[in-house]
Amino acid sequence: MADPIVSFAAFEGSNATAVRIEPGDDARVLLPHLDRLTLVEVTFPAFRDGRGYSSARILREAGYTGTLRAAGDVLVDQVPYMKRCGFDDFVPNAPLDAAVVEKLSSLYPEPYQRTVDGKVPVWKLRHG
Amino acid sequence: MYQYDKYDQAIVDARVEEFRDQVRRRMAGEITEDQFKPLRLMNGLYLQLHAYMLRVAIPYGTLSSKQMKMLGHIARKYDRDYGHFTTRQNVQYNWIKLEDTPDILADLASVEMHAIQTSGNCIRNISSDQYAGAAADEVTDPRPWAELLRQWSTFHPEFSYLPRKFKIAVIASPEDRAAMRLHDIGIELVKKDGVLGARIFVGGGMGRTPMIAPEINPFVKADDLLSYLEACLRVYNRYGRRDNAYKARIKILIHEHGADNYRADVETEFAHVKTLDLDPPLAELERISAFFAAPAFDPNASDDVDRSDPDFAVWLDQNVKPHKAKGYAIVNIAVKPTGGIPGDATSDQIDLMADLALDYSFDELRVTHAQNIVLPHVKKSDLYAVWQKLDAAGLANANLDLVSDIIACPGLDYCSLANARSIPVAQKLSERFADLDRQRDIGELKLKISGCINACGHHHAGHIGILGVDKKGVENYQITLGGSGAEDVSIGKIMGPGFDQDGVVDAVERVIEKYREVREGDERFLDTYRRVGNDVFKEAVYG
Repeated sequence: MADPIVSFAAFEGSNATAVRIEPGDDARVLLPHLDRLTLVEVTFPAFRDGRGYSSARILREAGYTGTLRAAGDVLVDQVPYMKRCGFDDFVPNAPLDAAVVEKLSSLYPEPYQRTVDGKVPVWKLRHG
Repeated sequence: MYQYDKYDQAIVDARVEEFRDQVRRRMAGEITEDQFKPLRLMNGLYLQLHAYMLRVAIPYGTLSSKQMKMLGHIARKYDRDYGHFTTRQNVQYNWIKLEDTPDILADLASVEMHAIQTSGNCIRNISSDQYAGAAADEVTDPRPWAELLRQWSTFHPEFSYLPRKFKIAVIASPEDRAAMRLHDIGIELVKKDGVLGARIFVGGGMGRTPMIAPEINPFVKADDLLSYLEACLRVYNRYGRRDNAYKARIKILIHEHGADNYRADVETEFAHVKTLDLDPPLAELERISAFFAAPAFDPNASDDVDRSDPDFAVWLDQNVKPHKAKGYAIVNIAVKPTGGIPGDATSDQIDLMADLALDYSFDELRVTHAQNIVLPHVKKSDLYAVWQKLDAAGLANANLDLVSDIIACPGLDYCSLANARSIPVAQKLSERFADLDRQRDIGELKLKISGCINACGHHHAGHIGILGVDKKGVENYQITLGGSGAEDVSIGKIMGPGFDQDGVVDAVERVIEKYREVREGDERFLDTYRRVGNDVFKEAVYG
C-alpha cells in the first residue's frame, strides 16, 4: 500500500512522500524536498488550464525522478505534450483509448525543443 | 526563402496524420465537440456563423509562388473560389467542410505549409515586416529570427494551454510596419557594439483593453533568445489570470503585476532556464539565415522609370516603395478595390499574383498586416509590365495607405463573436472616397474597422478607428481617433456617441473634411489630430 497523498498545504512540515499539487500551487516550493518524494500528482481540473505542464517540467528540471502523475481532465490528445513535460503516470477522469495514445505518442519523430523527456531536439540533430 | 529539411517535413506530415485521426474520431462521435474544439483550434479550424473557417499560417507573411498557387488551388477546390488575407499575415477560407480539412492540410504540407497554431491558447504564427529583406532601413532581415521562433514555438509542450493566445512579432527596422508593440511579445532586432540582438517588449495588445508593450529587456543575445522567451512564457503561464478570459492576456498581467516585477520574475526564471541547454547554437541561426540570402540582383539594373502613362505614374507614386538594391522597388498590391471586401482575393487573382512573383520578384510574395500583398523585389524596368497585368486583374488600385486602404475584420457577415458587420461599412467608405484625387489630397490615413470589442480589425491603432457594437439589438458604430500601429504607436480615443451604418460614413467624412480645413503644411491626419486634439473633430461631427 503506497503512502497517502497529502495536499500541497499539508505537505510542508510533514514527512509525506507523496503530494498533490493543484494548478495554482507553485511547484518550486517542493524543490528542497525532492529526495523524499516518490509521487507527485499534478491535477488538471480542466484540460484547458495548462499550469500543470510548467509544474511538471520544473520538477523534472530540478532532478525529480519519482513518479509524476497527471490526474483529472486528462485527454488522449494532451498525453504526448504531458509526456514531453515529464509526466509518466496518468489517472484520467475518463479512460484513455490505449491504441490512440500509442499512435499519437509515436507520431512525432523528433521535436523542435529540448524539454525533459530526453528526446534530442532537431537543432541538435542538425548541428551535433 | 526557408526550405524544409526532412525534420521540418516530418513534423508537418505528422500533424496532418494526427488531425486526420482527430477529425475521424470527432465524426465517429468518439470525442465531443467540447473536446474537439481545442484540437481543431490548434489547427486553425473555427466554427463560424455559417460554416467552418480554416486559417492557414503564412509564417512571417512570406510565400513562394508555388505556395501562393496552392492557396488559389484550395480556394478553388474546397471553398467558394476566394480566400481572405488577414491582419496576422495569414489567409482564411470561410466555407470549409470539416471532412475536407485533412486533405487540405495534406495539400498544404506538400508545399511546406500548415495551419499549426493559427488559433488556440498557444503561441500563434510569428508575424514580421512585409518589407523584410528589401527595406533600406533594416539592420538585418528579421525573418531568420522569426523562423527560429516558428520552430521553437511549434508544438511547444509547456505552452500549448496558456491562459490565452500569444502573438509574437519580429521587426528589424526603426520604422515599424508590423504593429510590433501591440503584440504579446514584440521583438525589435538591434545592433549593439556590432552584434545583433533582440530588444524585447512584452504585454502589448488590442482587444477590449488595448495596451502598448513596455520594454522588458533592451538587448538579449541571439544565443540566449529562446531561453529568455521560455522564461517570459513560463512566468506568464504561472501568473496569467485564468478566472476571466477577458483578463487572461499577458498585457493584463504586466499591467496588474507591473513591468518591473514581471522583469524581475523573468530574470530569476531565465537564470534557471539558461542552465538547461535549450538554445540552439548560433550555427542554427546561420543555417536558417542562408535561406534568406539576398537574391541575385542585377547590378546594372536602371533606376529610370518611364512615367508617361499618367495612371501608372499615380500607382507608382502611391504603391511602389524604395528598395535597398539599386534599380529595384517594392510593389504593394492593394487588395482593396473600390466597393470590395478588404483582403479578399479570387483564386484567379491569387494565381496571377503568384505568376507575377515568379516572373518579376524572385519567386517571393508577402502578406501584410494591412491585408495587402507585396512583391518585394521588382526591377524598376519591369514595373510598367507588372502594373499592366495587375490593372487587368483589378488589382492596381493606387490607394496604399490612403483612406480606402481599409483594414476590416470579417465581422458579423462571418464571425460568431461579432456584434456588428464590418464589411459593408468598409465597402460604403471606399465608395464614398472612391475619387483617388481626393484620397491623395487627404494623404496617409489608416482607417481600421472592427465588428466587436475583440478588435481584430485593429481599430485602436487606426488614425480613424471604427468599432461596431450591439446597441439594444441594433448595429452601432463608434469612432476612435488618433491611434497608430507604427513606431509612433498610440491607442485611439473614442470621439463621442456612435452612429448607424450610414451615419458613421457621414461622420468619417466630416472628420476628414475638418482635417483638410485645419491641417498645416503637409501634416498627415494623425499629426493634425495630435496637434489640435479631439474637440475640434467632435465639434465638426456633433455640432
